[in-house]
Amino acid sequence: MKLKLHIWRQDNAKTAGKMVSYDANHVSPDMSFLEMLDVLNQELITKGEDPVAFDHDCREGICGACSMVINGIPHGPQRATTTCQLHMRSFKDGDEVYIEPWRAEPFPVIKDLAVDRAALDRIIAAGGFISVGTGSPPDGNAIPISKEISDLAMDAAACIGCGACVAACPNGSAMLFTAAKVSHLNLLPQGEPEKDQRVINMVAQMDAEGFGNCTNYAECQAACPKEISIQFIAKMNRDLIRAKLREGNNAGSGKTGGA
Amino acid sequence: MTGVLSFYRTSIGKKVVMAVTGLIGVGFVIGHMLGNLQIYLGAEALNKYAAFLKSTGELLVVVRVVLLTAVILHIIAAVQLTIENRKSRPQRYVKKQHVESTFASRTMRYGGIILLLFIVYHILHFTIGKAPGGPQPFDVHNVYNNVVYGFQNIWVSLFYIVAMLSLGLHMAHGVWSLFQTLGLNNRRFNRLLRNAALGIGTLLFLGNISIPIAVLVGFLKPI
Amino acid sequence: MQLNAKIPAGPLEDKWDQHRFNVKLVNPANKRKYTVLVVGSGLAGASAAASLAELGYNVKCFCFQDSPRRAHSIAAQGGINAAKNYQNDGDSVRRLFYDTIKGGDYRAREGNVYRLAQVSVNIIDQCVAQGVPFAREYGGVMANRSFGGAQVSRTFYARGQTGQQLLIGAYSALERQIGLKKVAMYSRCEMLDIVLVDGKARGIITRDLINGKIERHAGDAVVLATGGYGNVFYLSTNAKGCNVTASYRAYKRGAAFANPCFTQIHPTCIPVAGDHQSKLTLMSESLRNDGRIWVPKKAGDNRAAKDIPESERDYYLERKYPSFGNLSPRDISSRAAKEVCDEGRGVGPGGLGVYLDFSDSIKRLGKNMIAERYGNLFEMYERITGENPYEVPMRIYPAVHYTMGGLWVDYNLMSNVEGLHVLGEANFSDHGANRLGASALMQGLADGYFILPYTIGDYIASAKLAPVSTDHPAFAETEREVTTRLKQLLEINGKRSVDDFHRELGKVMWDYCGMARNDAGLRTALERIPQIREEFWRDLRVPGSGEYFNQELEKAGRVADFLEFAELMCHDALMRTESCGGHFRTESQTEDGEAKRDDENFTFVAAWEYKGVGTKPTMHKEVLEFENVHLSTRSYK
Repeated sequence: MKLKLHIWRQDNAKTAGKMVSYDANHVSPDMSFLEMLDVLNQELITKGEDPVAFDHDCREGICGACSMVINGIPHGPQRATTTCQLHMRSFKDGDEVYIEPWRAEPFPVIKDLAVDRAALDRIIAAGGFISVGTGSPPDGNAIPISKEISDLAMDAAACIGCGACVAACPNGSAMLFTAAKVSHLNLLPQGEPEKDQRVINMVAQMDAEGFGNCTNYAECQAACPKEISIQFIAKMNRDLIRAKLREGNNAGSGKTGGA
Repeated sequence: MTGVLSFYRTSIGKKVVMAVTGLIGVGFVIGHMLGNLQIYLGAEALNKYAAFLKSTGELLVVVRVVLLTAVILHIIAAVQLTIENRKSRPQRYVKKQHVESTFASRTMRYGGIILLLFIVYHILHFTIGKAPGGPQPFDVHNVYNNVVYGFQNIWVSLFYIVAMLSLGLHMAHGVWSLFQTLGLNNRRFNRLLRNAALGIGTLLFLGNISIPIAVLVGFLKPI
Repeated sequence: MQLNAKIPAGPLEDKWDQHRFNVKLVNPANKRKYTVLVVGSGLAGASAAASLAELGYNVKCFCFQDSPRRAHSIAAQGGINAAKNYQNDGDSVRRLFYDTIKGGDYRAREGNVYRLAQVSVNIIDQCVAQGVPFAREYGGVMANRSFGGAQVSRTFYARGQTGQQLLIGAYSALERQIGLKKVAMYSRCEMLDIVLVDGKARGIITRDLINGKIERHAGDAVVLATGGYGNVFYLSTNAKGCNVTASYRAYKRGAAFANPCFTQIHPTCIPVAGDHQSKLTLMSESLRNDGRIWVPKKAGDNRAAKDIPESERDYYLERKYPSFGNLSPRDISSRAAKEVCDEGRGVGPGGLGVYLDFSDSIKRLGKNMIAERYGNLFEMYERITGENPYEVPMRIYPAVHYTMGGLWVDYNLMSNVEGLHVLGEANFSDHGANRLGASALMQGLADGYFILPYTIGDYIASAKLAPVSTDHPAFAETEREVTTRLKQLLEINGKRSVDDFHRELGKVMWDYCGMARNDAGLRTALERIPQIREEFWRDLRVPGSGEYFNQELEKAGRVADFLEFAELMCHDALMRTESCGGHFRTESQTEDGEAKRDDENFTFVAAWEYKGVGTKPTMHKEVLEFENVHLSTRSYK
């Protein structure tokens, strides 16, 4: 089948970009979307033109590298599917396809469709961990965790950090990402001791990075390739409110102790 | 106090202010509508209710201060959030599709502006009696007649209907949204809250517009 | 070249304990005076970087991906083994050790493998403490499943994304150290060469992939955790970015490369759909727990699966290997699939596929149970093929998946180049000629969390390292070589793209150095590879320049290394005339077509020394000694 592609081309973060149109004339329905772009790039290279830069790696829907807004929807029209697993059978002969990078202030364009998502890493560095060093932790079965809690934590942990939630959000908010990360750890007993500080620090970092706010559009959960629910955002809000209330209670504690 | 301010400075803190002030608003508009609907019980009932409200004195002042503060905080937070949100998406998409957001959620800001204009007009219109196109004659003791005379102006009534549409939409998203923001939502309650919000929005719209329509079709007449 | 494996003396069970006692320690206050450069941020790299930083070392960590969380460890689906014996089904450290040695077809070191089995139990505890959401039973304890090559349930898993969950654990530990400023993280930064000063690994040269800047980094030890080289075949289940460059550069600087021909072909991948194919997608081996593998009995039978009656189906794994059946180890299952397809009994387009059928399990356990176990895998299969595996059997075919070979390391995970440590898939040490399912994650984390942190201290404490700065002439010289090579790649200005050459190389490797190898084929490959390489350096086109984000240039450098490395693989495969594990020489098989090992002549590790491009490398033997297991024919019948 044949497609008309409109692709965002931009040299780097400092220059302006624009949409450029290309014809894709040899598209097979069995191709993945990225393979369709591979074919286009091979043609561009042969013609001596600059191929389209885009992030990709595992091409099996788990590394979270691919990041394209296809016809106005991050990762394209198929729900619960990353761009690399989107196949061309989702399109019809003659379709026009608009391909743009994730757009958000904290995600500057590196080139064409590749953006810098280091802001998400910095949110993790602010608190997305359990402070346990490598050593001799208790036996893995020492703390029983109910299947329900474990499954719920897993639902949140399924986040692949692609940033589609940010791209989908009209406010460029990273609430779903942050909520998934906070909830994964805050739900588990191992994460309990640092629960409050974790949510406070991660939200603070999220704000500092310049992500927008949540106005509960729910576009993020529709775009999430791992179908993470905005219920986790409600949970993070709850955790933050509670943490802020408790922060007042605990103010000053720990300052008088010590030997 | 620094704790409160530090909370307010977070994005979620501002949203919580939106939610709490919104909740006050929801309570008020529901109560206000129930009070207004007494117009169908006749002029005497409505005027008596109005006189009762005025007789509460200091309590009324407190309520008015709370409401005014809520509105102001709601607006300040909304403006700040909107500015931040615009900043985080400086480059718009050439092509954008909405998948799950509702019309109501996407029009909160515009609906909010209409509601602000409406509130100003509404106070001038029925509380102070100095609004252009307002009821003639205006009698502070005869609320019933003020309402009927007021809505006999078709343009005013149309403006009220548009404003109530905005209110309904604002509530249809806002009531669910505020619970979500306050973290008072989970898998089990989500559907219930979504439906409750839609229900409240619809009832507010229908209940409130029934009055200008009843006046325009001549069901409610001056006494 | 001297290869001393430095396996501690003493009984197998005590080697690691005794060694930990014997190693020198670095004073806690002194650790911050030492810098360790960790290249790679997968399970091995991230766990090592985090653990070393926790100990107090200064750590610099590098990855070419945009975030350390995206390393390819993330793609592992099925699980991680550990000898916890939670199921009371007879597992033990010794059994895991034995299964791994046997699964590796007796081509791994006893000492290393025993240690791996010992620390496996700590890994699970460590990961749980980090918040890895392993699957749980209703009672709150962890669930286990069985996996290929084992008769006990010792595999821990987190839905179908165990690799991602374990990596998030290691990555979060790493990010914590980054936040504490103990680790400096360099993302989108590719190591292009290693710098030796006085014969010791003291630094690396990197390229910042965003702005093309070439940078020098100096340290007291270098750790390579850069994964495997499966992409030499172009089509593999590896991520597109996986490459041999870091390992190969180390090899060119004098590190020995061990057993490069040992590659694992994974039996359960989605078959190739067309010429545009850019990679192969793995379906977790765990599917074989409940799926039955079959092909039609008749060659050329092209009826739909449901129209083929039970009596005309050949459940060939169950037939040939009744005790392991569909759970036979990877190499055996893969080869069996190739055999039936070679007989013309393959299914699907091109006849390169076999059925993996869940209908019996769905009948037995119900659709919900199957969905619970494999739901996301089934969805993935449907997205890719457009077929619903609840209704029609999956089609699978083997694909290159993992490389057991890698840089040679001693018991301390240090290569023959002093100071150069190699972890995870990048080293050769633990899996012999074939890796068992769910053991890669185990090895990566064992190396990074529990082995390297001890052994690197021993090196640093005993090596008497003089301070070195990036102004040292060795840095300038290595940087100059790196820059020259990049310039050469950009200046060829020919007609063919990098992918074009990579595909051509991949085809040669798959045809002659793939699932079955023979003398003639390998010799053909050894003729073809230098030709492709020559053409590559004559007719390659890399558009643009090196001063910005240029993905073609990145690929070109990697493929240039694959084009040299492929030759090394073929030399190794040609030398090893026995069949063992993933290495099947058609000349060496039993009458019924099973692999025939030659213990008398090949019970050794082949470690190759670089002698120049196009020159045959020199082989050094590390003889493998088995004191605790008896070398038997590996039978899964």
